Amino acid sequence: MYEKEIGMTTPELKPNGEKSRIGVYICHCGTNIAKTVDVEALREFAEKLPDVVAARTYKFVCSDPGQKMIRDDIQDPDLKVNRVVFVGCTPRLHEMTFRKVISEAGLNEYYLQVANIREHVSWVTPDKEEGTEKAKALLAGAVRRVHEHEALEQRRVPVNPDVLIVGGGIAGITAALTIADAGKKVYLVEREPSIGGYMAKFDKTFPTLDCSACILTPKMSSVKSHPNITLWAYSEVAEVDGYVGNFKIKIRRKPRYVDEDTCAGCYDCVEACVFKKPKFPDEFEVGMGLRKPIYIPFPQATPLKAVIDPNTCLQLTTGKCKQSCAEVCSKNSINFDQVEEIKEIEVGTVILATGFKAFDPVRSPEYGYGKYDNVYTSVEVERLCNAAGPTGGNVVLRDGTTPKSIAIVHCVGSRDKKTNAWCSRACCMYSLKLAHLVKERTDGEVFNFYIDMRTPGKSYEEFYDKILDEGVHFIRGRAAEVRNWALDEAEEGKLVVRAEDSMMGVVRRIPVDMVILSVGLEPHEDANEVARMFNMSCGTEGWFTERHPKLAPVHTFTDGVFIAGACQGPKDIPDSVSQAGAAASEVLALIDKGYIELEPNTAFIDEDKCSGCHTCIALCPYTAISFNEEKGKAEINEALCKGCGTCVAACPAGAAQQHHFTDDQIYEEIEGVLEYV
Amino acid sequence: MSDNGSVKNNWEPRIVAFFCNWCTYTGADLAGISRMQYRPNTRVIRLMCSGRLDPQFIMKAFREGADGVLVGGCHPGDCHYQEGNYKALRRITLLKKMLAQMGIEEGRLRLEWISASEGDLVQKAMNSMAETIRELGPLNLAEIPTPHSHDKEPVAAGVEGGA
Repeated sequence: MYEKEIGMTTPELKPNGEKSRIGVYICHCGTNIAKTVDVEALREFAEKLPDVVAARTYKFVCSDPGQKMIRDDIQDPDLKVNRVVFVGCTPRLHEMTFRKVISEAGLNEYYLQVANIREHVSWVTPDKEEGTEKAKALLAGAVRRVHEHEALEQRRVPVNPDVLIVGGGIAGITAALTIADAGKKVYLVEREPSIGGYMAKFDKTFPTLDCSACILTPKMSSVKSHPNITLWAYSEVAEVDGYVGNFKIKIRRKPRYVDEDTCAGCYDCVEACVFKKPKFPDEFEVGMGLRKPIYIPFPQATPLKAVIDPNTCLQLTTGKCKQSCAEVCSKNSINFDQVEEIKEIEVGTVILATGFKAFDPVRSPEYGYGKYDNVYTSVEVERLCNAAGPTGGNVVLRDGTTPKSIAIVHCVGSRDKKTNAWCSRACCMYSLKLAHLVKERTDGEVFNFYIDMRTPGKSYEEFYDKILDEGVHFIRGRAAEVRNWALDEAEEGKLVVRAEDSMMGVVRRIPVDMVILSVGLEPHEDANEVARMFNMSCGTEGWFTERHPKLAPVHTFTDGVFIAGACQGPKDIPDSVSQAGAAASEVLALIDKGYIELEPNTAFIDEDKCSGCHTCIALCPYTAISFNEEKGKAEINEALCKGCGTCVAACPAGAAQQHHFTDDQIYEEIEGVLEYV
Repeated sequence: MSDNGSVKNNWEPRIVAFFCNWCTYTGADLAGISRMQYRPNTRVIRLMCSGRLDPQFIMKAFREGADGVLVGGCHPGDCHYQEGNYKALRRITLLKKMLAQMGIEEGRLRLEWISASEGDLVQKAMNSMAETIRELGPLNLAEIPTPHSHDKEPVAAGVEGGA
């Protein structure tokens, strides 16, 4: 327990017998700090603090000469600085830099404390006198704290070279192939019966208009045939345990009722099904086509294996069917008794590439989706445009006729306070692409209703120019509503899009045959559950939170778990692929290093003080604390401890302590920030 | 004990803040990066999690002359360590009851949920906390009966209640 009287500065001997000799290094940060903090006054103040043997200021302490200044003081035979306080920017920026500096000079890297007088003082305090006083308090807190620091070593944990990738869209596929090509073993887990994601549904991709399937399906088949990739489609992550380098993960493999190892994907079973005609909405066709209870999602599905829908199959719902599918299967692959299977794997790193969900426009009832037959979502029209789709690539209405006029409504479920506030980024471009495709296929008049045209990307603006030249009409203004109420003859039998044309300053009514809603990108409904499973976080919108929006865009706050693609935020294909590559290289970097250094700020138990009360055990969110029955004491598994300190705060005996955040260190800091100023 | 409270008009409250490294501390950094200016009364101490906040830290700060204590943790559900912020909430709720019994006004201890992206909330909290404490005036602990020894600090035992 903390015993020292306030104001007493009798030098204490450290466990290793040395007296604290503190060096204080105050940074001007150009004028960033020096402008609102009197650094010279700060230096004079620091000099008078207990155990401070050197206090210096420098323009940029983080620069080479600044670093050398610190190293020299440590190695100076007279000064012999053995504790360092850096007074400057936030520890989140340069704590690592200065740890390295002092360790190069032979000092343990944890004999460093940072006083944050830039982000927390000079940038937020306009008055120089006030700023200087506050900076003094923070500096004194750091000086008093560093006095109590102990030498620590980072923990090294080996990294299991196997990788789990969750999500088999273009991001997951790219990451899987990159890592597998580097010779590492990859488990690729996909929730749907086939990998491919949204990209597999598209006909063409912007801005090059190259065929989506032509660039995607070769990658899908590489995944299937790659010796280093284990592909588990129709599967989900059930449980996550462990930590970076050593995750233990359970995968739930849903029953297909078809043996994946033997099924040849020959379609015989589908032909033979007692349902002579497809009758049920096809998930892959987003309801635009029908399928049978036994089906193969699409001809290029990977794996190309049949799957039985347990909700519509007669045998599985009623138990009464002549099982013609099983009869006809030459490989005896149909197995109605198949049950869910749990696979347990051990991996060192994880990439989440779980993608997005298209906005359901039922939530924006003003556009009449679900009410009027000829209002479609953009994803549905992607299927209509696709040569392998339900209409063979013909853009036709539900009654089979070709629309003569088509409206494309941008920003449905995007940039809308009632639904989603964000811009979904890809919609302007895909709307332009659909305008081109629909015009090409129908030769009709196409009207795009947009708020702003957002085309930032290589060759994107040029693509917009091209579509303008093709004679597509553009009306700047958010469409207000889609109705079938005709005001005159021209509107009879049509859908009327009402919108303010903000260029002309009038409200316009455009009668059309077909309305395409450019739906935005949303996080999956269970994104929060997934985040919680991996102990990471989602922003308020539900996208996975990256560690740093600029400097660590594929890292998460869980070490060893990376994110790629639209699960992090709306993204188009090129951006998703780039992120997947980034995530893959981060994973490979970790594997190549072979071990991970963990901060040593773990908790530990002082056995002499532990009364065996069990208080800490239930509090630990990582089950790192167990009870040693023999000794009657709590025990902390340092490999599992993440260093939150919850147990430390709760221990009634002060037996639980946290390295680098001990009670004494924090008491000293509290005294320091209050005692002098 | 410092000599605060001598002249109330010129008096500046001194507030100690305990901020979680992952949310409010980073939020305060963001406030800095965004040049959001606020009153300089608060001195921030970084913890890895608001769950590390031993109620004794708060008592210690009051004893050492702080007029107020501000605690910043992650929003419910967003804790970097799953649920440390809930533990902080429980501890602070209990501690507040005890502080009241000791004559320390409730407003002197405040818990805020501020994420790393909410620099504006840091600015607001800093200003409004300074304002609240200014209205409450200096905390004159000397008039309040306190235990004589550090070791017998009343919050030492039983705060967690064995949960």
